[in-house]
Amino acid sequence: MDIKVRVWRQSDSNDRGRMVAYDVKDISPDASFLEMIDVLNEKLILDGDDPIAFDHDCREGICGACSMVINGVAHGPEKATTTCQLHMRHFSDGDVIDVEPWRAAAFPVIKDLVVDRTAFDKIIQAGGYISAPTGTAPDAHAAPVPKKDADAAFEAATCIGCGACVAACPNGSSMLFTAAKITHLGLVPQGQPERDSRVVDMLQAQDDAGFGGCTNMGECAEVCPKGIPLSLIGRLNSDYRKAIAKS
Amino acid sequence: MAVDTPIPKTKNAAGATATPTPRKVVRPSSITLKIIMAVSGILLVLFLYVHMVGNLKIFLGDVEFDHYAHFLRSLGTPVLPEMWYLWAQRIALTVAVVAHIYTAAVLTVRAKKARPVKYAHRPKIQGSYAARTMRWGGVIVFLFIIYHILDLTTGTVNPNGDPEHPYANVVADFAPERWYVTLFYVLAIVAVGFHLWHGIFSAARTLGQQTEKGQKRAKTAALLLSAVLVVGYLSVPVAVLAGLVD
Repeated sequence: MDIKVRVWRQSDSNDRGRMVAYDVKDISPDASFLEMIDVLNEKLILDGDDPIAFDHDCREGICGACSMVINGVAHGPEKATTTCQLHMRHFSDGDVIDVEPWRAAAFPVIKDLVVDRTAFDKIIQAGGYISAPTGTAPDAHAAPVPKKDADAAFEAATCIGCGACVAACPNGSSMLFTAAKITHLGLVPQGQPERDSRVVDMLQAQDDAGFGGCTNMGECAEVCPKGIPLSLIGRLNSDYRKAIAKS
Repeated sequence: MAVDTPIPKTKNAAGATATPTPRKVVRPSSITLKIIMAVSGILLVLFLYVHMVGNLKIFLGDVEFDHYAHFLRSLGTPVLPEMWYLWAQRIALTVAVVAHIYTAAVLTVRAKKARPVKYAHRPKIQGSYAARTMRWGGVIVFLFIIYHILDLTTGTVNPNGDPEHPYANVVADFAPERWYVTLFYVLAIVAVGFHLWHGIFSAARTLGQQTEKGQKRAKTAALLLSAVLVVGYLSVPVAVLAGLVD
């Protein structure tokens, strides 16, 4: 299939950047979206042009590195799918596809489609951990966890921190990401000692990084490749309110 | 003594650590702002319900309606001064409105700053129409409130403007030849309905609603509560226009 892609090109963080159109000819419908860009990049290199910089790592949908807004939708048109797991068969011959980086003040563009997601690391550093004693692993049943809680914690723990929620949010908010971490750690007994300080510190880090506030629109959950439910944000709000009331 | 010694100590320690830390001005967190917005919004919704019940008394006739209006002014007299209740309510509502608008403005500015470069290709946001129009809808509702106070509280822009006869003021307001005023009221009330449809759900979520089942319930409740208000408020101008109230 032949398509045209319009890609955001920005040589470095100081460059203003612009959309540049490229023709991609004879691409297999079974190629992944990233493979399509690989093919385009090979051509660009042969032509002596600068290849398009983009983040990618596992290409299995589990690392969260690939970050592209495709036709205005983070990770493209397929629900609960990362860009690397998106295939060209979901597009039609002759399509014009716009590819842009995550857009957020907290995620500055480094080059082309690569953004700096250090802000997420800062949120994690602020409280995304538990205090666990070191030494030999405890018995698996030493800390009983109700199945319901374990399942819900695991569902939240599937967040891969890709940042699609921020890219999609009209307010550039990372509430879904932070809510997933709060839920994942706060539902299990190991996460209880820091439960109050965690939510306050992580929210502070989120606000300080320049993310916006949540307006409960639900754009984030729509694009989340792991299907993190919007309702977790209610848990973050509730935990935060209780933690502030206690302090 | 045990109390005396640690106090200067901690003060010194705090003073010493406060200087090197390059901490900026402490800003309220986004959730704190949203809690203020949710609580002030809920107060305003409660007022809207009380106000609607008062409005619906118009269907009981001019004597009942005017009596209710005078009752609000003389409530609690002679123990308490005349109008105390109305002024207490006005002050509380003003505080709620100011808090609601202030927090909305701060969060809007933060949201704009959070995305300085816009997307070149951005399809329409998937969130509901109500959710998408919260900010401008809120501005429209605020402008309506100003007009409404000038119309039926102070009587400045009312053709009658007689504080002794609120029933007659309402009838004069929505007279058929003033159809544009009625149309403005209808649109404004529909805007309030949309604002609350998302607003009530959003307030529930901000205050901690967190289950999937509860989300459905909260959304249904928000729709019902908004719809009842819209129907209740629209019934008055429509009834006047149709000649059912004159």
